[in-house]
Order: sequence, then structure tokens, then C-alpha cells
Amino acid sequence: MKLLYFAWLRAKIGIAEETVEVPVDISTVGHLLEWLKRRGPRFADALQDASVVRVAVNQDYVPWDHPLRPGDEVALFPPVTGG
Amino acid sequence: MIRVQREDFDVGAEIARLTEGRHEIGGIVSFVGVVRDAAGGSRIGAMTLEHYPGMTEKKLGEIDAEARRRWKLETSLIIHRYGRLEPGELIVLVVTAAAHRQAAFEACEFLVDWLKTKAPFWKLEETGTGPRWVEARGDDDEAAERWVAE
Repeated sequence: MKLLYFAWLRAKIGIAEETVEVPVDISTVGHLLEWLKRRGPRFADALQDASVVRVAVNQDYVPWDHPLRPGDEVALFPPVTGG
Repeated sequence: MIRVQREDFDVGAEIARLTEGRHEIGGIVSFVGVVRDAAGGSRIGAMTLEHYPGMTEKKLGEIDAEARRRWKLETSLIIHRYGRLEPGELIVLVVTAAAHRQAAFEACEFLVDWLKTKAPFWKLEETGTGPRWVEARGDDDEAAERWVAE
């Protein structure tokens, strides 16, 4: 699974993208977030407040219960501020 | 038409190119977003716009298609810049053209409201006390929401 991080989430986590093998029981976006938080202090700090984390799967916004598949591109980022 | 680019744009030239020879057009509305030199009580030296290549174009395309579905537009254009921009530089251009003004006005406002809350861009401001990520504004969400019920 390809993971992308943007804006202050990227800055806090320290990487822009990575490819990870997630355990088979990580079946939703919400599960993925909890799993990522356990990967280390940088992840735990960046993802501690889920209310300011937005998730896109294959470049579409999705809710926390969205199912995940092995080849998905999952992006995590703060609320957008364009325009 | 959608463009995401680092380069500056010329508003007049873009509108002229978009509408050339299109004599069914009776009204053209444009919105031009500009970098301010102050925000939240701080002076802003510059800002850097980050985006999600691929998803940005996809979302802008969807927003544009939604505007075309809701209003009878003859043509439309969204240009959004990324990279480092200084005060006075242009960030975004939205142009809508229609036979009559009402569709062009409404669709332009809709496009700006929706792109602010749906297009994956983030602003990092350079202030006197260091860099600062711009936080999403609640009134931007409200501006976007008012189009949902219609």
C-alpha cells in the first residue's frame, strides 16, 4: 500500500511517501490510522487529533470506515487551504 | 479547462484565449485570488502552496463538471498556482462565461467556494516569527455548504 503525507503531517512525520505492508486485519481507513499511530512517536504526534486529519483513497475523499485494498494509494493531510 | 501550474498567468490573455470567436457568450465573470501581505495580525513575507499532484487535477475537474451541470455555461477555466508566491502575486483564476450574466456570476462563486474546501492545496506562510501552516477557515466551509442544499 502506498502512503502519502502532505503539509504539516508530512513535516511532522518526516517523510512525504512510503510503501508499506499493512497487517491483514487493517481493513479500514480508521484501522490504518490507529496502526500508523503505533509506528512511533512522530506518527503518534502527527496523528493524535483525528479531527484535523483528512484521508483520500485513490485520490477521492473517504470516511473512516472506508475499506482498504492492497494496491490502494492512501493520502493523509490536514484540511485543505487553497484558493 | 483546468490548469495547475507554478508559472504566473495573464488574466486578460487567458480570458481572450478562452472566449475567442465564441459569440454565443454574453457575459464573462472572473475571480482572481491574490497573495496578501498580512494574515492573523502577522506580516507575510511569502507563502508556499503545496498540492497533491493528480488529486488536485481530479478534484478541480469534478468541481468544474459540477458547475457545468448546475448552470448553463458556454465555457469555464480554473488556473491554480503552486510553489512559492510573494504578496501581490496571483494564486488562482476562475473564469465562467455564459449567454447571460446570472449563470456566470453564480457558477464563478460556486467554483471558488468549492475549490477552497475540496482542492488539495495547503499554504505555508513565512512570517516574522517563522513559517506557519494556514488553518482551514470555518467560514470557508459555510460558504461551500450553502451550495449543497441547492
